[in-house]
Amino acid sequence: MINKTTNQKAWLFVIPVIVLVAFNALIPLMTVVNYSVQDTFGNNLFFWEGTKWFEEVLSSPRFHQSFMRQMAFTGTILLIEIPLGIAVALAMPRKGPWVSVCLILMALPLLIPWNVVGAMWNIFALPDIGLLGYSLNAIGIDYNFTQGPIAAWITTVMMDVWHWTSLVVLLAYAGLVSIPDAYYQAAKIDGASNWAVFWRIQLPKMKRVLTIAILLRFMDSFNIYTEPFVLTGGGPGNTTTFLSIDLVKIALGQFDLGHAGAMSLIYFFIVLLVSWVFYTLMMRNET
Amino acid sequence: MARINLQQLRHSYCSTPQGKVDYALKEINSVWEDGGSYALLGPSGCGKTTLLNIISGLLTPSEGKILFDDIDVTNMPTSDRNIAQVFQFPVVYDTMTVFDNLAFPLRNRGFKEAEIIPRVHEIAQMLELEDSLQQRAARLTADGKQKISLGRGLVRKDVSAIMFDEPLTVIDPHLKWKLRSKLKELHQRLGITMIYVTHDQTEALTFAEQVVVMHDGLVVQMGTPVELFERPKHTFVGNFIGSPGMNILPAENNNGEIGFEGCPIKTSANTDINTLQGKLEIGIRPEFIRFAAEGNSNGDASAIPVEIIRVNDLGKFRIVEVKHEHHLIKLILPEQESLPSISPHIIFDPDKTMLYADSWVVD
Repeated sequence: MINKTTNQKAWLFVIPVIVLVAFNALIPLMTVVNYSVQDTFGNNLFFWEGTKWFEEVLSSPRFHQSFMRQMAFTGTILLIEIPLGIAVALAMPRKGPWVSVCLILMALPLLIPWNVVGAMWNIFALPDIGLLGYSLNAIGIDYNFTQGPIAAWITTVMMDVWHWTSLVVLLAYAGLVSIPDAYYQAAKIDGASNWAVFWRIQLPKMKRVLTIAILLRFMDSFNIYTEPFVLTGGGPGNTTTFLSIDLVKIALGQFDLGHAGAMSLIYFFIVLLVSWVFYTLMMRNET
Repeated sequence: MARINLQQLRHSYCSTPQGKVDYALKEINSVWEDGGSYALLGPSGCGKTTLLNIISGLLTPSEGKILFDDIDVTNMPTSDRNIAQVFQFPVVYDTMTVFDNLAFPLRNRGFKEAEIIPRVHEIAQMLELEDSLQQRAARLTADGKQKISLGRGLVRKDVSAIMFDEPLTVIDPHLKWKLRSKLKELHQRLGITMIYVTHDQTEALTFAEQVVVMHDGLVVQMGTPVELFERPKHTFVGNFIGSPGMNILPAENNNGEIGFEGCPIKTSANTDINTLQGKLEIGIRPEFIRFAAEGNSNGDASAIPVEIIRVNDLGKFRIVEVKHEHHLIKLILPEQESLPSISPHIIFDPDKTMLYADSWVVD
């Protein structure tokens, strides 16, 4: 046994961090918790409301609708970005001068600020002056994302795929290049088909990075705000109003702080819960 | 099963090799008999793995041919060659059970489950893997995983040769010995050609009937462990094998007689040394040098006067470092013998003293 001397001085050194975290995270979060259980009519007068706002949010059709839109959006982009990202990573060269060219090309979309992506796609897709919108209409496809809900959806999904598939590609590529050559050589000796190599070697070896990729894409897309806000502003109607756009409308548009506070917390717990369940499932078989 | 015949193999990793230095394999001519156990021994970077990959078909040689029996397989893909390989780091298919891992090569070749099941059980029994057949392969220890890699080779009845690329690198020391005995046992039982790559001389000498020593892209000697020890064909072999390695000393031509710094030396060479070209050296193993009996040394013309520099006591024997002129010579002194006290002289065993011209042995 080693006898450790007790020295409480260490707490002193942690104080700056506690103060900093409290200032930028704990206190703002507690403010939201505060709002979520109270009501105010201005003049800094608050009334205790208990769980009223939570009940109201959970039973409101508006929340249900934006939640379903959010799920549909996140599900769609995950279904496109993950397989597409893996496919692109598999097609990328593993050696030679083209590696850096490909990596830089892949990284470019990730470097563009989100509101710029929104603005780019807005202009790109405009039916009268945008390259994409104009071209589609010119070949006879009736496309107008400012009026048609389906066009708006497709455009939003395409924008997200354009912006974020690269992240999946880079993570999957990192997983792929870390597989030792011996695995491919053993597979050749064992007479494995290309499909077996993918299914038995490449995919299992990419599992960890893909778990991270799916988690990151889930959280980011579930919280998405800027790009659809700049592209469609949540329209036409409410068809692309996702959770965070709705939340901002309630909090800053209607200044309904109690309702918005309760919604924020529910939103936060959904992200946390889904991420936790997903991570636990993926890591179930790891030793 | 096949006899492996390597004819004028040369390989370069450069697309346009300029000179000898660009070749990882300079020129290999070798015949490996069916059912033999061979060890490819050499330091890192000598071309062992390149040669192995050429035989298994993972690499196509720049020049030369490989024949299995009399069939030219130089351009045949790996999967058609019936070669199995065990790699330095264990390769298992993580998501599959041990059973599925062993069955994998058979399933890929379209065998029926009715044939696969008894075969996998047979191999698992040989490798003592039966208890873990239903476990996921990822859960096994390193030696268990290496057994699976080996099993994937053994499971195919048509396999011509199994190659091992330093397979014990990641195995715990006390299991190395066990796994190596297992390999030897399997070799005797199944009679499959085994080719074992290593840089560890103990592994090579205990595993193989024939040891192929490689150096700088060349096979410098192929022979039994005894031949390598007693008659190294190249000074590199003398130095690389044995512990401590062979003493390599400069030799001079004194009017047709071999001399070492003025002392006449008798060697096993029968060739007229006046016909030899290049740098002359003598090689003598520390095991074959002894001290001349005290007081008697003046009478023996071949005794070399030395100065004792250092004695290393290793228990069963001592390694004595002595110096003649400025040349260090190591010799092994059995436990019971004592060091000479005054004017020590050493004597080389003439039958075991080799003569080398430009590093190659002179007969």
